[in-house]
Amino acid sequence: MLRLSNINSYYGEVQVLRDLSLEVNKGEVITVIGANAAGKSTMLSCISRTVTSFTGEIEFEGERIDLLRPDQVVERGLIQIPEGRLLFPKLTVRENLELGAYNKRSRAGRKEGLEYVYSFLPKLKEREGQMAGSLSGGEAQMCAIGRGLMANPILLMFDEPSLGLAPIVVLEIMELIKNIQKEGVTVLLVEQNVRQSLKLADRAYVIENGRILLEGTGTELLNSDQVKKAYLGI
Amino acid sequence: MSGGIYALISVGLALIFGVVGLVNFAHGEFLMLAMYIAYWIYNKGGLDPYQSLPVNLIVMAVIGFLIFKLIMERVLDSDHSIQMLLTLALSMVLQNVALILWKADYRSIRIPMTNSSTNMGFLTLNTPRLLAFVIAIGASVLLYLYLQKTFTGAAMRAISQNGKAAQLMGINIKKTYMLAFVIGTVLVGLAGLLLSPIYPAFPLVGANFSTLAFIVVVLGGLSSVPGAIIGGLVIGVIESFAGYFAGAAYQQAAYFLLFILVLVFKPNGLFGKKA
Ligand SMILES: Nc1ncnc2c1ncn2[C@@H]1O[C@H](COP(=O)(O)OP(=O)(O)O)[C@@H](O)[C@H]1O
Ligand SMILES: [Mg+2]
Repeated sequence: MLRLSNINSYYGEVQVLRDLSLEVNKGEVITVIGANAAGKSTMLSCISRTVTSFTGEIEFEGERIDLLRPDQVVERGLIQIPEGRLLFPKLTVRENLELGAYNKRSRAGRKEGLEYVYSFLPKLKEREGQMAGSLSGGEAQMCAIGRGLMANPILLMFDEPSLGLAPIVVLEIMELIKNIQKEGVTVLLVEQNVRQSLKLADRAYVIENGRILLEGTGTELLNSDQVKKAYLGI
Repeated sequence: MSGGIYALISVGLALIFGVVGLVNFAHGEFLMLAMYIAYWIYNKGGLDPYQSLPVNLIVMAVIGFLIFKLIMERVLDSDHSIQMLLTLALSMVLQNVALILWKADYRSIRIPMTNSSTNMGFLTLNTPRLLAFVIAIGASVLLYLYLQKTFTGAAMRAISQNGKAAQLMGINIKKTYMLAFVIGTVLVGLAGLLLSPIYPAFPLVGANFSTLAFIVVVLGGLSSVPGAIIGGLVIGVIESFAGYFAGAAYQQAAYFLLFILVLVFKPNGLFGKKA
């Protein structure tokens, strides 16, 4: 469904992604793990086209998307929930959610979308009139996920959703991602929380210094010596 | 009564700053252009500024669109200092174009209404001034409602709070920037048109008003549209009181004094929260 082929990306002179190739099939949860500054967020930004300084091909549902504008990528149902949530702090929770459905594909159905998201995340309904800037970390991540769901995603990309959250909330988020997969949405999950996110994964990649280092099923990587040593501290 | 006009000029400036992130030093020159357009149509076609309002605003929208497409769009990703130099240069170019086309003379429109007044029970007001105030405040409030109540308005507020997240929502940033720029240009054009029966057009007329609008916008908290409305009214009131009690010479001194006091004691604007 999504295929990255030989991506090389640059910030000025500095190369971040190096010949990176990766594939996501329909219905999968794919996890990408890697240390801080490995290039995970950069990879997602290339896919969303908020970073444009890269070479290589990106294909989504059989069509090249690596020359599109960010809004055109969203239009195709390829949605990113960014690192650090990036909510609109001075907009209400409800306004944040509604903006998730800004693209033409979901705009008309945004009322039903809102009901669906509230049924999925009832906590958000209680908070709907509140400014997003006043939410706790866990609630803010829920709101960001709700906003992503409002876009009617075909493939949903999560950039470190567990960042800065208490362990119990992390479990809740992982459960939620599992449920989103059950709803028929394909998931690309970028994480530093290796154990939880590999448990969830159908397949996974390890990225180091902008290169794919390892690839396998979630269980294979959880049991691989390299992952154990470098990321699980065993 | 001038406060309404100040508010209307300032909301456009605040919108462009808040959404597009541009400090538009040429904002006042759009006011000047609209005044000349009103004058020109009146002189050649005999239509007063109110009659020529639709044409004038459409021309202003086209000017705003072209300037955005041909000039502003190229510097959206550039440094703020480059953007400011550019808008400053644009302002000087437009002033000089006006000087070449229309000379430095004051051009006034003397329609019958210029000297008429409206009796409002306890006080009598000059009709064009009253109209200017009412329409200007009305248009400013409409802009506020547009931002609060419409989906595109929400997108504009979203962009001003987090541009990257707005892109990830599927908002076409450039298109929205363009729309905000055009709306700001049309609003300041409307201000010029409303001024034209009571204030002469000359090449530097925009510079006077834009200095004021910058003060208003800083008072109002930079990118805040409601802040700009209230700031405009406050400046208008201060100006008339200072003029009445201390003489016209002290009008400017009064609001510059307020400006300095606000910058010292409330640097985020009268209504701004702590950064
Ligand atoms: N906008 C940017 N400009 C310049 N360098 C950047 C930018 N964003 C990220 N980088 C650099 O690129 C590298 C990869 O960053 P990132 O993709 O955020 O990694 P990760 O998400 O894996 O932590 C880091 O060294 C970071 O400093
Ligand atoms: Mg990252």
